[in-house]
Amino acid sequence: MANFSLKVNGETKEVDVDPSTPMLWVLRDHLKLVGTKFGCGIAQCGACTVHLGDNAVRSCQLPVSAVGEQSITTIEGLSENGDHPVQKAWIEEDVYQCGYCQAGQIMNASAFLKQNPNPTDTEIENAMNGNICRCGTYTRIKKAIKNASSISNA
Amino acid sequence: MTLIKTTYNRRSFLKSGTLAGGGMILGFSWLASCKPTPEQVSNIPKEWFDINSFLKIGDNGMVTIMSPNPEIGQNVKTSMPMIVADELGVDWKNVIVEQAPLNTDIFQRQLAGGSQSIRVGWSGLRMAGATARHMLVAAAAEAWQVDEAEITVNAGVISHAASNNSAGFGEMASKAATLPVPEEVKLKETSNFDIIGTDRRNVDGPNIVTGKPLFGIDIQEEGMMIAMIVHPPAFGMTYKSMNADDIKTMPGIKDVFPIEVYKEDTEKQWSDAGAINKLVAIVGESTWQCMQAKKALNVTWEETSALESTEGHDEALTKLLNTSSKQPARKDGNVASAFKKADKVIERTYSAPFLAHNTMEPMNFYADVTAERALFNGPIQTPEFLEKTLSSRLGMPLEKIDIKMSRMGGGFGRRLYGTFGVEAAVISQRMQTPIKLVYTREDDMTQGTYRPTYKVKYKAGLDKDGNLIAWHVKGAGSNDDLLFENRFPAGAVDNYLAEKFSLETNVTTGAWRAPRSNFVAGAEQAFLDEVAETAGKDPIEFRLELFDRAIKNPVGEPEKNDYDPVRYAGVLKLVRDKASWYGSQKNGTARGVSAYYCHNSYVAQILDLSTDTESPKVDKVWCAVDCGIVINPMAAKNQIEGGIIDGIGHATYSEMTFKDGKPQHKNYDTYRLIRHKEAPKEIESFFVDNGIDPTGLGEPSLPPIIGALANALYKATGQRHYNQPFITEKSVIG
Repeated sequence: MANFSLKVNGETKEVDVDPSTPMLWVLRDHLKLVGTKFGCGIAQCGACTVHLGDNAVRSCQLPVSAVGEQSITTIEGLSENGDHPVQKAWIEEDVYQCGYCQAGQIMNASAFLKQNPNPTDTEIENAMNGNICRCGTYTRIKKAIKNASSISNA
Repeated sequence: MTLIKTTYNRRSFLKSGTLAGGGMILGFSWLASCKPTPEQVSNIPKEWFDINSFLKIGDNGMVTIMSPNPEIGQNVKTSMPMIVADELGVDWKNVIVEQAPLNTDIFQRQLAGGSQSIRVGWSGLRMAGATARHMLVAAAAEAWQVDEAEITVNAGVISHAASNNSAGFGEMASKAATLPVPEEVKLKETSNFDIIGTDRRNVDGPNIVTGKPLFGIDIQEEGMMIAMIVHPPAFGMTYKSMNADDIKTMPGIKDVFPIEVYKEDTEKQWSDAGAINKLVAIVGESTWQCMQAKKALNVTWEETSALESTEGHDEALTKLLNTSSKQPARKDGNVASAFKKADKVIERTYSAPFLAHNTMEPMNFYADVTAERALFNGPIQTPEFLEKTLSSRLGMPLEKIDIKMSRMGGGFGRRLYGTFGVEAAVISQRMQTPIKLVYTREDDMTQGTYRPTYKVKYKAGLDKDGNLIAWHVKGAGSNDDLLFENRFPAGAVDNYLAEKFSLETNVTTGAWRAPRSNFVAGAEQAFLDEVAETAGKDPIEFRLELFDRAIKNPVGEPEKNDYDPVRYAGVLKLVRDKASWYGSQKNGTARGVSAYYCHNSYVAQILDLSTDTESPKVDKVWCAVDCGIVINPMAAKNQIEGGIIDGIGHATYSEMTFKDGKPQHKNYDTYRLIRHKEAPKEIESFFVDNGIDPTGLGEPSLPPIIGALANALYKATGQRHYNQPFITEKSVIG
């Protein structure tokens, strides 16, 4: 066990955990931020996607010891009032069915749009291909990302 | 005018002590589970009045509606309250939805399965709203001393024009709550619905996009431990011994022990199918610590029955299809002599592998069992059956067991089988502490309860004019005999024979979204395409001829035929026209059609593959649906789109195989699910507007799309696809 000081959603958090513990479980079990989801544990489904700095990363493969000074943003910290353009677009398109994978989809989409504010359909598909939605909301996710892109650029 | 007796499930309309404290409820329990909008916060009522078990009305006119059924992503948490709200006559923006707990005394069929929530719930939900409206009107009539019949209700306002009186629901709620429940209530004319039939966004949407703790796996309670299980690596093996002492000393680990999920005398329910009875339980402080312990655990397993393999299953199914059934499932005319007379005979065999459900939220359940009572919370499609099993297993009366239903991160049938709830109970009871049982993805994918593996052989005979004169189908599946022998084309062919067989295996199976239909529809619709081609007929015309036969002169006793050929033909004609089947087709596309009936609903689909890409890609799907009245078109379309993507994905990419009893795919690195790039570019849905009472929609769009895909693939590649997953055959999609 070791102490780590983490910057999560703009706040400093202290945890005492095994250094190998993935951020996914630090967030969920220790910081009680359960919006970040467990899907596969091997970086194949994208349900656990968070932002490390400005980049979308798989928190199930990110040991707490590797985070250091970098800031982490989870779905709970994406916006103060749930009004990030991607969140608004998700509501507008009524994207979700079960909703379980959507935090990961939203975190991946929001990081992607920051890098590419006007993506083509193919760019969206490529960027989102690592995020599985078992309910099959892919066509709505694509629409929502385009919609978010236009909200951001408006 | 539709009058409806309120005596149906009358207990729902009695004042319930479970949900209310007398006639009036004080409290804001919904705040805990649902962040109110700023508007709602300023509108929080000071008092709530309990009108019936489905709804309570605040003194300011806000209405809380209980959603009775489990939510697995089929959106009943929005659509069921919409039905209550419409009959009540409230403005939807003043409605707060709460998930009801399991309460068999006041709610009926709290189950998510078979696409039946709306169909079965329809009358009861309407009645709940209408009864409350009636009581509010009666309260107003008494207050104003006017005739009830002259009172109108609109968007939460009760009015009497002649006396110029009007009041909000909140003003009459207190009085209404004290009135007797009427014996009979008038339902709205369907033409007067103003919430039903309109697009309403998912009530949990704002909570989903902000990561609120909605799901079972999100549950955190004071003093709660994490529990994990270890199950045998192969079907046919059971637990023998382990190195528990080495594990117990690992950081954070509280205990490691074998459990017996069911005792010999446990009274099991159908929902207990697929259980693995002996498991190892690991209990610890955190999930990661339990995962580490799981890796270090060394279990000795022993063989108790045959260790089966995919090749063996395949051979055994083929063997079954080469035998004859002594008692055919259905027999009309004489297929043998018809085949002799036939001008052309065509025979094809289709197959599909086992499939895992792969809900994105792995199985999990929260349990807090003490000697006095047992509390549960988690994702379960069959809470009522789980409660019965728990009662028997724990030796505790039903009244001492409480089950709350969390939102589910997918179901697809997997969460009908609540053995994980029993496992959680047994672990909590032993530990004397609340626990949350969590499966890893590997546990989830290799535990079993799979969609059975199937094989079906079709043989059709055509006369010289291309008329279908004989149809012989033989179906077989693992622990399941596959066929719906009285569905189309039964009733449309003079000589018809259906034979079905079940292969006993120790690989456990269960319902998987649109059971049986999820395979047989694709096979049958692909075969029909080939038969139509052999007959030299257009595939839609060929099907319409058959429906016409079933309409005008059905074969066999008409009531035996389990479909309505008029509605069936209706969706096919609708999709034909919407996709301009006979019109111009987009350049560089290949097209396939399919139609199917299941879960009381009719679906026809046309699928275009783009052929100018490196490999065929689904360009567009047109989908026509007859599910009667559509409650929430926006959500209904979401279900349709999901079913289509799910069907294309599983038929194309997914399979579970076995070697020496061991599942060969354990996680998404080798078990392929459809991804963004492979999804159709566009899906357009159309509904038949016929005012018939609503039927299922969670499943019916999945089965036929596999046939439409196979038929389009043939047009695109010249190759017929008989064996799922199609990806393993020559051509590749996406």
